[in-house]
Amino acid sequence: MAHGIRDKVAILGMGCSRFGERWDCGADDLMLEAFNEALADAAIEVGRIEAAWFGVCLEENNVGKTAGPLAQALRLPRIAATRVENACATGTEALRGAAYAVAAGAYDIVLALGVEKLKDTGYGGLPVRTRGVANDLWLPNATAPGAFAQLASAYAAKHRLGMKDLKRAMAHVSVKSHANGALNPKAHLRNRITEDDVLKAATIAAPLGLYDCCGVSDGAACAILTTPELARALRPDAEVVTIKAVELSVSNGEEASFSAWDGAHIATAREAGARAYASAGITDPRGQIDMAEVHDCFSITEAVLMEDLGFSAPGRAIHDVLDGVFDRDGALPVQPDGGLKCFGHPIGASGLRMVYEIYQQIHGRAGERQLKRVDRGLTHNLGGHPHQNVCAVSIVGRHGA
Amino acid sequence: MRTGVPGKPSTFGAAQGRPVISSLAYHVSRHDVPQHATNRLAMSDSEHGLLATTRYVPRLRLERSEMLAQHRWMAPGLRGLAKGRRAIASWDEDSVTMAVEAGRQLRAALPDLDARELTFASTTLPFAERLNAGIVAAALGLAPQAVLRDVTSSARAALTELASALRRDLQDPSSRLVLAAERRIARPASAQEMIFGDGAAGAVVGRGRPVATWVASASTHADLVDHFRSAGESHDYGWEERWVRDEGYLKIAVGTLRRCLDEAGASAADIGHFAMPAPLARINEAVARKLGVASGALVSAAHESVGDLGGAQPLAMLDVALRAAAPGALVLVAAFGSGCDALLLRRTDVPCPGAAPDDGRAETSYLRYLSYTNQIDLEWGMRAEMDNKTALTAAWRDHARAARFEGGRCERCGTVQFPRSALCVNPACRGQDSQQPTSLADVPARVLSHTSDFLAYTPNPPFQFGHIDFEGGGRVLMEFADTDVDELRVGLPLRMVYRIKDFDRQRGFRRYFWKATPDRVAIARAAAQPAEEARATATQAPLDPAQADVSTTGAN
Repeated sequence: MAHGIRDKVAILGMGCSRFGERWDCGADDLMLEAFNEALADAAIEVGRIEAAWFGVCLEENNVGKTAGPLAQALRLPRIAATRVENACATGTEALRGAAYAVAAGAYDIVLALGVEKLKDTGYGGLPVRTRGVANDLWLPNATAPGAFAQLASAYAAKHRLGMKDLKRAMAHVSVKSHANGALNPKAHLRNRITEDDVLKAATIAAPLGLYDCCGVSDGAACAILTTPELARALRPDAEVVTIKAVELSVSNGEEASFSAWDGAHIATAREAGARAYASAGITDPRGQIDMAEVHDCFSITEAVLMEDLGFSAPGRAIHDVLDGVFDRDGALPVQPDGGLKCFGHPIGASGLRMVYEIYQQIHGRAGERQLKRVDRGLTHNLGGHPHQNVCAVSIVGRHGA
Repeated sequence: MRTGVPGKPSTFGAAQGRPVISSLAYHVSRHDVPQHATNRLAMSDSEHGLLATTRYVPRLRLERSEMLAQHRWMAPGLRGLAKGRRAIASWDEDSVTMAVEAGRQLRAALPDLDARELTFASTTLPFAERLNAGIVAAALGLAPQAVLRDVTSSARAALTELASALRRDLQDPSSRLVLAAERRIARPASAQEMIFGDGAAGAVVGRGRPVATWVASASTHADLVDHFRSAGESHDYGWEERWVRDEGYLKIAVGTLRRCLDEAGASAADIGHFAMPAPLARINEAVARKLGVASGALVSAAHESVGDLGGAQPLAMLDVALRAAAPGALVLVAAFGSGCDALLLRRTDVPCPGAAPDDGRAETSYLRYLSYTNQIDLEWGMRAEMDNKTALTAAWRDHARAARFEGGRCERCGTVQFPRSALCVNPACRGQDSQQPTSLADVPARVLSHTSDFLAYTPNPPFQFGHIDFEGGGRVLMEFADTDVDELRVGLPLRMVYRIKDFDRQRGFRRYFWKATPDRVAIARAAAQPAEEARATATQAPLDPAQADVSTTGAN
C-alpha cells in the first residue's frame, strides 16, 4: 500500500532569481540565474543531473513548447527533460515530477525548474487568452481577479459578514505581506503599505482592490533533488531537508456545475491538504506546521485557505488574520517572504519559490525575515479559479521531522 | 445621408438651423371607441386569428435632451424632436436577440404555442447570409421541421407577412410566429437618430382564442424611393419629406387603406384604432383626415418613450392598439415602405395576454450610445485585442448548448448540470449517458457569487459575472446583462436573456449565448412581501453541512 514519499527525497540545492519586472532579462537569463544559485548550493557538477522537469505555464507568451528551452538555456547534456503545465500550480508540478522520479528510484539526481516571463505582453495583469474553442462559446472570459472576487462575495454571504469587515481582514493580509516583502531582497514589491492604502485603492474586481492582487512578475526558481542518503554523502556537514509530501487535487467540474459547493472555499485545497497531512503524519496543522507559503494570488484567497488548510476553524479565518496569527511574528507565519503578493508571481516559478523560502528558513538563511525555528513548512499552490482548479500542497522539513 | 453641410440643406433628416419637424403629433389611442354594429363578441376556442401580440423594448432609454446637448452647436433644429427618450439596444443586443425576447414573451403568453412557421422581419439583420430566423428559432427551441424565413428590405415586411398569415385560414392547429426587430443606426445629429428606437414586436397567428380576427387586407407595391440604404452601408439616404408625404403617404397609403376598407365594406368612420407608423411629422394625422378616420383613433407611436422601431413598428403599434381596443372595435394597421400594406382586424373580447413593456432605465450618456453602435472608436486597451474566432465545428457540435442553453438532467439522480456531459456530475451517482437534454433558458435562478470586474474587457464596463444557481438544480458561471453596478447581491433573483457574447470583428462574426439579468418582476414581488423575501434569502444561504465538516476533518 503506497503512502506517499515522506523522507524519500531530499533537496540538495535550491535557487531563485530575483522576481520582478525584469525588462532586461529573457526567460533564458532568469533560468540560468536560478540554476547557478542551485548548482552552487548543491555543490555538484551539472553532469550529475540525470533528468529534469520544466514548468512553464503561458508558453505561448514566452518560451514556446517542450522542455527544449530549459535544455538549451542550461546546456543540459541531452538528458531526459519533460515540460509540465498545471496553470499557476505548474511550479509544484515540476517539483512533483522530479521528486516522484527520485522516490521511484529511477534517478539519483534530478532538476525541477519553473520559469515565467510575463512582462512581455504590453499591459498589466495576466495575458488574455482563449479558454478553448468549446468553452469560449459560453464561458465568461473572466479575469483572475474577477474569478477570485467571487470567493469574497460568497464567503461574506455564507458567514453573514459585512463586506467592510471582510475587506479589513483582506487588507491585513496584504499589509502583512508587504511588510514581509520589504525584508526580502529578491521580492518584486518591497514597499510597506497601510490598511488605509489598501482600502482606498482603485477597485480591480469588486470587492478586490489593487492591493488585494498579487504582482505579475518575471522570475525563475529551481530545486535539485536527490535521495536523503546521497544528500548526506554529498554534503555531510549540511542539514538534510526532505520532502514530506507533494499532493495534488484537481477539480472535476463538481464545484462549477453541481450545487453542493458553497462558493466560499477551495475544495481541492482541502483534498490536497488532507492527503499531504496524512502522508506527512500531521494531525494538528496549526500546531505542527511552523510556516506556510500559500497561493495568495488575492488577499481573499489567502484568507479562505487558512480554513481550507486547517489553520483556522470554519468562519474564524478573518478573526485569526486580524489577531495577527499569520503575521511574521505570529503563531503561524504565512508568506514570510512576501508571498505571491510581494515576492511576485512568475507563474511557472511560484510553486518552487514557495519551497525555496521554507528551505532558506530551515537553513537559517532568510536574512532579516528569518523566523525562529522552522522544522516543517507547507506550500500551497493553486492553478485556475476557485470553482475549477488544481491545488498542490507540499510539506518540506528537516529530515526525520 | 449627409447632414450638416452648410449651404446644402438636405430636408430628409437635416436639422441645421430650422425646425424640420416641429412636433410629432402622436396621439394616445382612445379607449371609448363605439362598437361596430356587427360585433361578434362570442368567440369559439378554435377560431383562426391573431392569438397574441407583444413588444420588446430594450432596457436603456436614451434621453433625447442629452442627444440634443451634443448636437446643438451644429444642429439646433433637432430641438423640436428632443423630447422624451428613445430606446437603445445594449451593446450585446441586435435584431436577433430582440426578436428572441419578443418570441419568448409570446411563448410565455401562450404556453401551448407550437409554432410551425417563423418569419423574422428586419432591415437590420446581423447576417446577410446565414438564416437569421434560424438563430432565433434555435434560441426559442422551435422544432427542426418548422418553416423559417427572413423577410427584409422594407419597413412593411412584417405587416405583409402578418396579413398573409391571417388571410390564409388554414385548418391545422399549429401556429405561425411573426417576429420583427430593428436596430437601426442613424448618422449622428440626423433627425433619424432622434426618431428611431430599437426594439422588437411579434405576433402569433393560428387557431385558438384570438384577440383579433382578420377582416380585410390590401397591398400595393410601388418603387417610390423615399429613402434607401444600399447593401453594406450603415445609414439611410432620404428625400424631401414633403414629397414623401404628398406622393407617398397621401396617395399610395391612402389608396391602399381605402381598398382595404372597401374589401371589408367598412367605413373609415368605423375605425376605432388607426395604427400607422409615421416617422415624419403629422403624416398619420393627414392620412387619417384624408381617409375620414377620426383623429382620436390615431394610435400612439410611443415616440416620447421608445421611438420608431422601423420594421417592428407596425406590429408594435398593433400591440398598443389591441391592448387599448374594446371588444368589437375595428383596428386598422398600415405600413409604408416601397408601397403599402393595410390590415383591418376586429378586436375580440379575449384579453390580450402578456404585459406591456416597462419604462426601462434612463441613459444619459450619448457617448455610450455612440460606442455601443460602433460610431466612435474608444481606447479599450490591449485586452480588447483578443481574437474571438469561433470554431464553427465546435459551435455546431455543441449547438444546443449555446443556442438553447441546453444542459442535462440525470435520469438516475435528477441532477441538472450544465454543460451536459456523458458522466453525471453528482459524485454519488456517476451515471453514464444518463442525462436527458433540458433547457435552462426559462428557469429562474439566483446569484451565488458575483463581481464587477474593471480589468476585463467589455464594451460596457465593469464586466459583471458570477456563479448562479438554478431553481431545481444546475449551476453555471455566467455573465450578467442589463445590471447596474451596485445591484448585484448574493441571492438576487435572476432570469435568462439571449445576448451577443462576443464579436469577432476580424471576420465579421458574432456569437450568442445566454446571460443572467435581475428578475425585476420577481424582485418587486418579493419587496412587496418582505417576510417571504427574508425566508427566501435564508434558504438561499449556500450552506452545506457535509462540506463544512470537511474543513475540520481535512485538517487532521
